[in-house]
Amino acid sequence: MNEQILQIRHLSKAFGSNTVLRDVDFEVHKGDVTCIIGASGSGKSTLLRCINMLERPSGGEILFHGRNILGGGLNQSAYRAKVGMVFQSFNLFNNLTVLENCVVGQMHVLRRPKAEARAVAMDYLDKVGMAPYINAKPRQISGGQKQRVAIARALAMGPEALLFDEPTSALDPEMVGEVLSVMRTLAGSGLTMLVVTHEMAFAKEVSKQVVFMDAGVIAERGSPEVIFQHPEKARTQEFLARYLNG
Amino acid sequence: MSLPADFMGRIFYILQKYGVSFLRGAGNTLLIALVSTLVGCIIGFAVGIVQTIPSERKDQPVRWALLCVARFLLNVYVEVFRGTPMMVQAMFIYYGASMLFGINMSMWQAALLIVSINTGAYMAETVRGGILSIDLGQTEGAKAIGMTHVQTMLFVILPQALRNIMPQIGNNLIINIKDTCVLSVIGVVELFYTTKGVAGAYYTYFEAFTVAMVIYFILTFGCSRLLRWWESRMDGPDSYELYDLATTDTLAHTTGMYSYPSKPKAGTQNSDIRDGGAVI
Repeated sequence: MNEQILQIRHLSKAFGSNTVLRDVDFEVHKGDVTCIIGASGSGKSTLLRCINMLERPSGGEILFHGRNILGGGLNQSAYRAKVGMVFQSFNLFNNLTVLENCVVGQMHVLRRPKAEARAVAMDYLDKVGMAPYINAKPRQISGGQKQRVAIARALAMGPEALLFDEPTSALDPEMVGEVLSVMRTLAGSGLTMLVVTHEMAFAKEVSKQVVFMDAGVIAERGSPEVIFQHPEKARTQEFLARYLNG
Repeated sequence: MSLPADFMGRIFYILQKYGVSFLRGAGNTLLIALVSTLVGCIIGFAVGIVQTIPSERKDQPVRWALLCVARFLLNVYVEVFRGTPMMVQAMFIYYGASMLFGINMSMWQAALLIVSINTGAYMAETVRGGILSIDLGQTEGAKAIGMTHVQTMLFVILPQALRNIMPQIGNNLIINIKDTCVLSVIGVVELFYTTKGVAGAYYTYFEAFTVAMVIYFILTFGCSRLLRWWESRMDGPDSYELYDLATTDTLAHTTGMYSYPSKPKAGTQNSDIRDGGAVI
């Protein structure tokens, strides 16, 4: 078994009196793809945002290489560079070109020299098929292309793990394919990925572990075979039945 | 040569005689307006940035308390200078500084100071609005790759905020060009002061102020066009150059939903570079 790169222990999150996450407990092994599925509002995105520290959990622990990132004394910037995030709404920097989007973090967070940062960025932009568009501004490219640039931007930071927050939910069906094919390639390359998604076929195909969330708790988790073919919990069966049979 | 009797004749007469004075007055007006708008913008950005520093009481109580004090003082500054007439401020500061503190400012120092802090008070709110108008996703995108608040502001938020508030900066510059005329109360020889002098010399009020009207309008109109041009330059070109035409986007349309390979896809992003879709 590979090292557990991320361990989530009894994580909870409440917005005021509204509890969104309750006693969430799971781990992500190095090099594995974990997909988090579940209905909208079940806390999937909040969980991911807690792991990237965009939200502050109300309780519990998040261990990165065995060290609690919520314990204080953590270099937040360095951590976030190692655990990247890809958003549903892309969040490319609108004032910068495609290339600059992938260079700015490397230069100022990782302090890489410009030429090196550019070479790294070009390499990843080429991998996601966006190399021809390096001079374009985000407003000039399509949604699928934006998301691929966002993935290249995250990869250029050399992350140990990458979090995907519904990366294809804002795209039309035709563009979903181009983004998923990039993600499929990444999964095959041994990158640790934690993916919140509604693309069940993708989850089934690439993930090592599937986490089904319901009403802020992990209702069931296991291998894709177990979750998709032999779900134990009634809630999981109900959810998947609706999804898989249309 | 004596004063002509007709209107145009008088205009040419005072232009000939006082043209240089008018130009110097206009130059001073423009100089004060430009420098003060620039300094005002810097003040505005500084205040706006402080107003939008994120801080939570729970995490860093000391920092939070300091920020509260700073913000209160900045609010006082904004409200006082927005809420009183610049002409009164000019008198108050120019005479007050020498009476209370024994500082004898030159008229120029006073003029630049007054217009700058006045502009800064307005710009502070404009900049704050500009920063708040930027989608939160931009901040999160920057945070997610490890950028600090300062880096996020510097490379992502402020450039976009600056672009969004450019029309308001233009407004302020134009207002400043016109409002420098209130500085004549402390004796700054700008365009209005010059015009009054010229008008008084031969009792040619209408003629002299006609000239002033035209000069003011040329200054403001010129500045407004110049700023528009600058705005469009900030936006960059509408189109972009493909980096390497040999490598087109090979990933688009690989979903299997693309069922008419012989037909070019009209209106899609890549159709123009794709040779009628024949690549697939």
